[in-house]
Amino acid sequence: MTLLLIRSAFTLFMFASFLGICWWAYNRKQKPRFDDAANLPFADEEAHHRSQQGRKKC
Amino acid sequence: MVTETTYNYRVVRQFAVMTIVWGVVSMLVGVIIAAQLAWPALNFDLPWVHFGRLRPLHTNAAIFAFGGCALFGTSLYVVQRTCQARLLSDQLAGVVFWGWQAVIVLAAITFPLGFNSSKEYAELEWPIDVLITVVWVSYAVLFFGTIMKRKVQHIYVANWFYGAFILTVAVLHLVNSAAIPVSFWKSYSVYAGTTDAMIQWWYAHNAVGFYLTAGFLGIMYYFVPKQAGRPIYSYRLSVVHFWALISIYMWAGPHHLHFTALPDWIQSVGMVFSLILLAPSWGGMINGIMTLSGAWSKLRTDPVLRFMIVSLSFYGMSTFEGPMMSIKTVNALSHYTDWTIGHVHSGALGWVALVSMGAMYSLIPNLYGLKDVYSKTLVEVHFWIATIGIVLYIASMWIAGVMQGLMWRAVNDDGTLTYSFIESVEKTFPFYVIRLAGGLLFFIGMLIMAWNIWRTIASAQPSQVQDAIPQSA
Repeated sequence: MTLLLIRSAFTLFMFASFLGICWWAYNRKQKPRFDDAANLPFADEEAHHRSQQGRKKC
Repeated sequence: MVTETTYNYRVVRQFAVMTIVWGVVSMLVGVIIAAQLAWPALNFDLPWVHFGRLRPLHTNAAIFAFGGCALFGTSLYVVQRTCQARLLSDQLAGVVFWGWQAVIVLAAITFPLGFNSSKEYAELEWPIDVLITVVWVSYAVLFFGTIMKRKVQHIYVANWFYGAFILTVAVLHLVNSAAIPVSFWKSYSVYAGTTDAMIQWWYAHNAVGFYLTAGFLGIMYYFVPKQAGRPIYSYRLSVVHFWALISIYMWAGPHHLHFTALPDWIQSVGMVFSLILLAPSWGGMINGIMTLSGAWSKLRTDPVLRFMIVSLSFYGMSTFEGPMMSIKTVNALSHYTDWTIGHVHSGALGWVALVSMGAMYSLIPNLYGLKDVYSKTLVEVHFWIATIGIVLYIASMWIAGVMQGLMWRAVNDDGTLTYSFIESVEKTFPFYVIRLAGGLLFFIGMLIMAWNIWRTIASAQPSQVQDAIPQSA
């Protein structure tokens, strides 16, 4: 009985966590942060070119 | 005075080149064993090239050498670029590269000699397992250490996927490879019977989930936006995708043990979790493909992008097929047949290999200060040869698998089996030949890629690289 209770509670906990993550991710407040994050692949071209030129050293 | 960051591209170049080399090797071994299945005499009665010894060599080379070098190389590249920080330690990077190559070479020696712990996709014997552990811990320190010294606030989603891959594979490897050595090249698993089987398939399916999926999704989340020149379709979806995928994958392993001694309820748990997996898998696929929304014309002009997008289509296809095959009634037909082999290769060739090839075509010229690969036409040719090869491979295995399943379950009115096993083997012969043709095409594509990459790197003289004019993206 206790084991069953723990298992059921854990299942509900996981489900609630999933809903929490969805709520957090789709919250309007995160939008600016996520926009910044989404642009990270395009934010470092200078360091990239310095590294390409550094080839002779390595 | 602020010192300007440069990245460690040496280790990325090393892994990138070895991805191509091991790609050729692993696919060649695949072609050889495919030929042996059609014509068994091709083992020449030599123990070292027997199917039973070459098969683990093929799977390990494809997954851990080809796929592994692609994952190491791209992750160490992406983590530097998206954290805007140089790797934690150049020495440690060297340890990871040379250590991993040593593991691969040891595998290539010990498998043909017959050393095998008999755990699928974890066949390497214990001394090599210890070496893997050392390399993996170094890799984890290198990767997470670089994340810790990042110059930006956010940890980009690709790094989350790579991080989950590194962490989970460490746990999987330690638990599943736990063994008691009886000599230098022989050990026995610490688990017994059904528990051993469950641990093994918990390991193997999570190797699929975290190594072959999460790791390569890391590649997808960086290289698809980069190649398309636009950010990922939905960053929010990527967050939900990440947490849903990693929480669910962990429990899908029992579907490998349907109708075995494994307790029935665990089989059902495995089936249910496999079915749920469809949702996060397709969420990720849609996120990748929709990145091109509004810019579909790029697919016409950019064969590299086509590699990536078609790999996502194969990913979607095999993550639909997988849940379907995990349904017990479907599995009753498909289990132990060549359908499974077809399913694995639609994931391995269609998803893992194509996305790696796309990433390498995009990455390698970049590492050498070039704008593009030596020949775009050859990339185009490679794309079509590889795609036709995959279709031949998986279609022949589907037909062969369903046919075998139907023949094995056919019974006469008096309850005796309609077909003997060898009859199903005989009927499979033409499909084995078609599979060989498909695999051969895929291998030829890989050779074309190797030539193209060779010419690309050769065309980048160190002096030219130095003179490369920085271009803003």
